[in-house]
Amino acid sequence: MFGRLNLEAFHQDVIEQGADLMMVLGAIFIVALLTYCKRWTWLWKEWLTSLDPKRIGVMYIVVSMVMLVKGFIDALMLRAQQMISVGDSHGYLTSSHFQQIFTAHGTTMIFFVAMGLLFGLLNFLIPLQIGARDVAFPFVNAVSFWLFAVGAMLVLISLAIGKFSATGWVSYPPLSELQYSPGVGVDYWLWSVQVSGVGSLISGINFFVTILKMRAPGMTLMKMPMLTWTTLATAVLIIFAFQVLTATLTMLSFDRLIGTHFFTSDFGGNPMMYINLIWAWGHPEVYILVLPAFGIFSEVVPVFSQKRLFGYASMVWATVAITLLSFGVWLHHFFTMGAGPNANSFFGIMTMLIAVPTGVKIFNWLFTMLQGRVIFKTPMIWFLGFIFAFTTGGMTGVLMSIPSVDFQMHNSLFLIAHFHSTIIGGVVFGFFAGLTYWFPKIFGFTLHERLGKWAAWCWILGFFIAFFPLYVLGMMGATRRLDHYETAAGWQPLFVVAAFGALLIAIGVGFQVLQLIISIKQRKENRDATGDPWNGRTLEWSTSSPPPEYNFAHIPEVKERDAFWAMKQAHQTHNTGKYEDIHVPKNSPLGFFVGIFAFCLSFGTIWYMWWLAAVGMIGIIVCVTIRLCDDDVERVMSAHEVQHIETARTRA
Amino acid sequence: MTTDTHSKTIFGFWVFLMSDCLLFASFFATYFVLHQGTVTLFSLPFAFTQSVVFLISSFAAGFFGDKHKTLALLGFMFVLGALFLSMMGYEFAQLVQAGTSWQTSGAWSAFFTLLSMVGLHAAVGLLWIVVLMLQICFRGITPSTSRRLACLKLFWQFLNIVWVFIFSFVYLLGAQYG
Repeated sequence: MFGRLNLEAFHQDVIEQGADLMMVLGAIFIVALLTYCKRWTWLWKEWLTSLDPKRIGVMYIVVSMVMLVKGFIDALMLRAQQMISVGDSHGYLTSSHFQQIFTAHGTTMIFFVAMGLLFGLLNFLIPLQIGARDVAFPFVNAVSFWLFAVGAMLVLISLAIGKFSATGWVSYPPLSELQYSPGVGVDYWLWSVQVSGVGSLISGINFFVTILKMRAPGMTLMKMPMLTWTTLATAVLIIFAFQVLTATLTMLSFDRLIGTHFFTSDFGGNPMMYINLIWAWGHPEVYILVLPAFGIFSEVVPVFSQKRLFGYASMVWATVAITLLSFGVWLHHFFTMGAGPNANSFFGIMTMLIAVPTGVKIFNWLFTMLQGRVIFKTPMIWFLGFIFAFTTGGMTGVLMSIPSVDFQMHNSLFLIAHFHSTIIGGVVFGFFAGLTYWFPKIFGFTLHERLGKWAAWCWILGFFIAFFPLYVLGMMGATRRLDHYETAAGWQPLFVVAAFGALLIAIGVGFQVLQLIISIKQRKENRDATGDPWNGRTLEWSTSSPPPEYNFAHIPEVKERDAFWAMKQAHQTHNTGKYEDIHVPKNSPLGFFVGIFAFCLSFGTIWYMWWLAAVGMIGIIVCVTIRLCDDDVERVMSAHEVQHIETARTRA
Repeated sequence: MTTDTHSKTIFGFWVFLMSDCLLFASFFATYFVLHQGTVTLFSLPFAFTQSVVFLISSFAAGFFGDKHKTLALLGFMFVLGALFLSMMGYEFAQLVQAGTSWQTSGAWSAFFTLLSMVGLHAAVGLLWIVVLMLQICFRGITPSTSRRLACLKLFWQFLNIVWVFIFSFVYLLGAQYG
């Protein structure tokens, strides 16, 4: 009945019990709050069953924020362990717990924080930026979100029931094979990544079609806002890369479930093939994350420099170049594999090449600021942090693209410092800049400015203090994933500095939480009545904040790049045309149900509860079939209703 | 509105199929890395018959017309598709009986998985045909059913192209070693 799930699975050490207690209390608190405020129907009708991409976007962001806190606590625990586990002291974590934490940290941050924030912002913004009312496939979009949420849920549940993977965030075989990792950990990892990966894939297709098919009249490709361009590039990368991930994870699952020999070290399996396949997905994945962040900065910098973006066309071509090149560099993750000097040189050169279009972008942003009247609002502080952090990350990346240097640096803390520079400095700072910038559009009021700046400064300084010591430590020979080292290594002082930096980032996170609370309290004073609080340039600022369900009462006509800016210059921001009936998608609970059944399928397979897995599989098929048989999926908002909403907004 | 939905759906489905290509490419690549001339145990005439059955079923998809004709053709596709799938199952059973399964070696794991992926797609296709036949039965040819028909056609013919590659590179090339 319960497969391999027994009481043993609930035995956790004290720290994990603490985390479980927090989760349970948190869940009880939320349930109690919803019941007390009588918000269950509201939650169900307005959010869980909604097919409005704006609502789905907000749900993505909420889940990602919860996961960010979780992943960040993981990071603090790692720093604390490495700070004190020296010589005779073995720190406060057991080796096996430490391994689970670094695996969970990587998995959480990449798949459930970075990807979540990415899809959250894109869901909200892409239809608005291209002057559309919806995405191409609203139901598919809801399914994507629920699959993502199920993946996140599985990672959280592994804290309470059983263990998480201890094999690192990309789970190299043969360690991740059944023979060496017999528990449920790797299965938790496999299913959380697989399920959310399928969600990402269909989202990628959705955005690709949305951007190519649903742009407002007049918006040619070269008139699209930069965020839309980078999203298009990211969608292409997702479409190409994520099926490789699906295939790879399927093979590893088969190895563990039905005894195939794809990646085993015996019976003709080939573990190196896994490493090739996973990085054929994994390297494009980092560009999937960072390109939209580049897009965000390309929106933020011109607005706060009060100038148009410098070198739009070169920006577009740089984006396209990065998209193409990103598929030709994956081998640099394992130069030490021994593919031979020819293969290593090729991939080394390709890696160096990709720095060129990235450099083009950096200069474009800097030249945008040049001679502009720069307003140093919080998003610009994030941008300045980004320029320094990301550029150092890029330069150390070029260093490591030299195979002979990489042989020295491979799997050292130098590498860790490098990719955190690009991912925190690039992706995280980018998304924070974006969240601050678009917050008024999403929620209708601006964030508290001073607290936001303090948060940004704590993050930026904390980042440099936490990660620069790791470059030095890496050169001193400290490898990644160490839970203990000897005093004689002389590494402790630098680890202490790094831990201090992490603490400073924690203070930054504290400021962000405080900023959110205070901003909600003062939302009346900070209300954005105009819909355009920053003097924006793109179409999302031409509608109200928050936008109505249909985004635009009149589909805008685009004549130039920076379409809304051009309208403001020509004093044509108000369309006085007649209102028309608007079709919007009806709510559907089926996306939510697909999520529930996907959870049954994964959880059942992880614990060998085959009946539960079967229920999940059949449930998914039934839900999808019901949806495919339903032709009545749209609701009409009458012209009268639209007029009513629009007059209320212009009066306000 | 409807023509718009139609073109979006067809385009989106094309993109999905192209990404599905990458799924098969990954399994193909794996097969080529692992097989090393060791997969030799199948009967070429049997596989050829199986391929012909599958190709004919896809040929039928080219002639969808009015309600009755379409229903008949869908039924025809279903029967041939089911036959194709059973032949695959029969071949698997034969192999397992002869003592080679997916657990035998990496090469066989790759062989069985690559074929099972086509099998899985075909099974989804069969389910799709049944659901679509019911829809057409009760609702006739409407904009939404004809849109689904168009997608099904793309899907089935895409699967056929994949199968042509499998027949050429797995069976024909495999026969060389036999």
